[in-house]
Amino acid sequence: MEIDPFIFRFSIFILSIFVGYYVVWSVTPSLHTPLMSVTNAISSVIIVGAIIAALASNPDKIFETSSIFGFLAIILAAVNIFGGFLVTQRMLQMYKKKKK
Amino acid sequence: MSANLSATFYLISGILFILALRGLSSPETSRQGNYFGIAGMAIAIIVTFLSVGNFGSGFIYVLIFLVIGGSIGAFIAFKIPMTAMPELVAGFHSLVGLAAVFVAISAFLNPEAFNLGGIGNIKLASLIEMSLGAAIGAITFSGSIIAFLKLRGIMSGAPITFKGQHFINLLIGLTIIFLIYYLCRTQSSNIFWTIVAISFLVGVLLIIPIGGADMPVVISMLNSYSGWAAAGIGFTLENTALIITGALVGSSGAILSYIMCKGMNRSFFNVILGGWGATDQASSAQSKEQKPTKSGNADDAAFLMKNASSVIIVPGYGMAVAQAQHALREMVDALKKNGVKVSYAIHPVAGRMPGHMNVLLAEANVPYDEVFELEEINNDFANCDVAYVIGANDVTNPVAKSDPQSPIYGMPVLDVEKSKSVLFVKRSLSPGYAGIDNDLFYRDNTLMLFADAKKMTEEIVKSL
Repeated sequence: MEIDPFIFRFSIFILSIFVGYYVVWSVTPSLHTPLMSVTNAISSVIIVGAIIAALASNPDKIFETSSIFGFLAIILAAVNIFGGFLVTQRMLQMYKKKKK
Repeated sequence: MSANLSATFYLISGILFILALRGLSSPETSRQGNYFGIAGMAIAIIVTFLSVGNFGSGFIYVLIFLVIGGSIGAFIAFKIPMTAMPELVAGFHSLVGLAAVFVAISAFLNPEAFNLGGIGNIKLASLIEMSLGAAIGAITFSGSIIAFLKLRGIMSGAPITFKGQHFINLLIGLTIIFLIYYLCRTQSSNIFWTIVAISFLVGVLLIIPIGGADMPVVISMLNSYSGWAAAGIGFTLENTALIITGALVGSSGAILSYIMCKGMNRSFFNVILGGWGATDQASSAQSKEQKPTKSGNADDAAFLMKNASSVIIVPGYGMAVAQAQHALREMVDALKKNGVKVSYAIHPVAGRMPGHMNVLLAEANVPYDEVFELEEINNDFANCDVAYVIGANDVTNPVAKSDPQSPIYGMPVLDVEKSKSVLFVKRSLSPGYAGIDNDLFYRDNTLMLFADAKKMTEEIVKSL
């Protein structure tokens, strides 16, 4: 019997949870705020779904209900991607070592 | 672009995201980590364009909306003051949640575009995945909005509780599960919309009973939810990058919530069910007037610290509110000139989000190797001459170690009272968030400095 592709994706999912678990425990507590803003930014990779939704409509009618939701999601995700990465960058620039 | 090739690229962006988080294990590698994250995102977006392969007029609109959103995001990122970081993160969470809802709606309305079957005949697994993604996304959205309003001070930080609250939440939760089951049987769009609508309501109900100082847990929890919502959508779209990211973010938020709960010695459910602080005010009100305290002024404080050989600074949320971090840094510079050794002690739940104090101190140019976590520095209080408590309260309360009756008993606290003298900057003797009196105020070695944190620190700088 063939294995359902869902099982493969589910395996990736579970393994990623484990990777996340170990990676996040090694994050130094002083960087927990940047951690939150960067996870925020990367979870906006949901923009992938938004782009597919926006471009799925037929060429004569770009704005139908389903693609409008796609376009809206693109705006939201884009705010998050740019805002998230840039604010993380801004925070990380501030962390400096003692001048010897 | 073939499906196999694009899947490989999505895997690469997933790995880059893992490396982005890995970079945060130390400040030196963190900036590089952020670039990995940006690269991963760029790859994911470009690959999606190539694999859809539709570069008609729709593509132009996508770019336009991308630029609009991006400019708004960039503008916010550059303008936002560091003290507003908790509300910014809450606001960003709400956007991820809403984007997940929109993508799920779009997939439900036009399943062919996502290879999920036809309208009214969507694959069972996809239907479950997209409705879960939509539900969690909606909860993340409305919950984050409430958290945002509370953090911003637009809504009172006091817990809002009513009778039968938890029962109602449970009932609504079960209703959602039932509706998803029913949706799978009927494929009815009305039921799909109902699930989305009810989930928005759940988000609100879930967050309103949680008080202001529990926000670190709430923000971490919503962070986690936004990840699970993304993972749900990732399964629907069969997209590896989204699944990996969702799992990473989900577990990251869960770990942060755990760390925050441990920092308060409370169970996750205890925080979520809310209402702490509303219960204990009556008992604390009776005993607080009589006991004597010693209070001093800026000159006393300056004298004490100038003649000390080591000083530990304990910042808390009050420092963020008063924006006292820059004045504090000036004070420390002046002390260092006098040959005083200064370090900072940060409690895990100080502030309104994980790592809040560290960011503010970094903003004020405090080197991160002078800033220590609770476990690292707690033994040093015994050898320290002066502890300067600025805007912190409950996290220094020795009652947590001595009184099993106290609601904060067992919570890890900074052993501030062990230092030779304690300077406690506070506007009044009022109890902190937990609603309990701080024993530290009445100790012989405590000198209360009744003033605004920023003003007092500035005055101390002047007299140094």
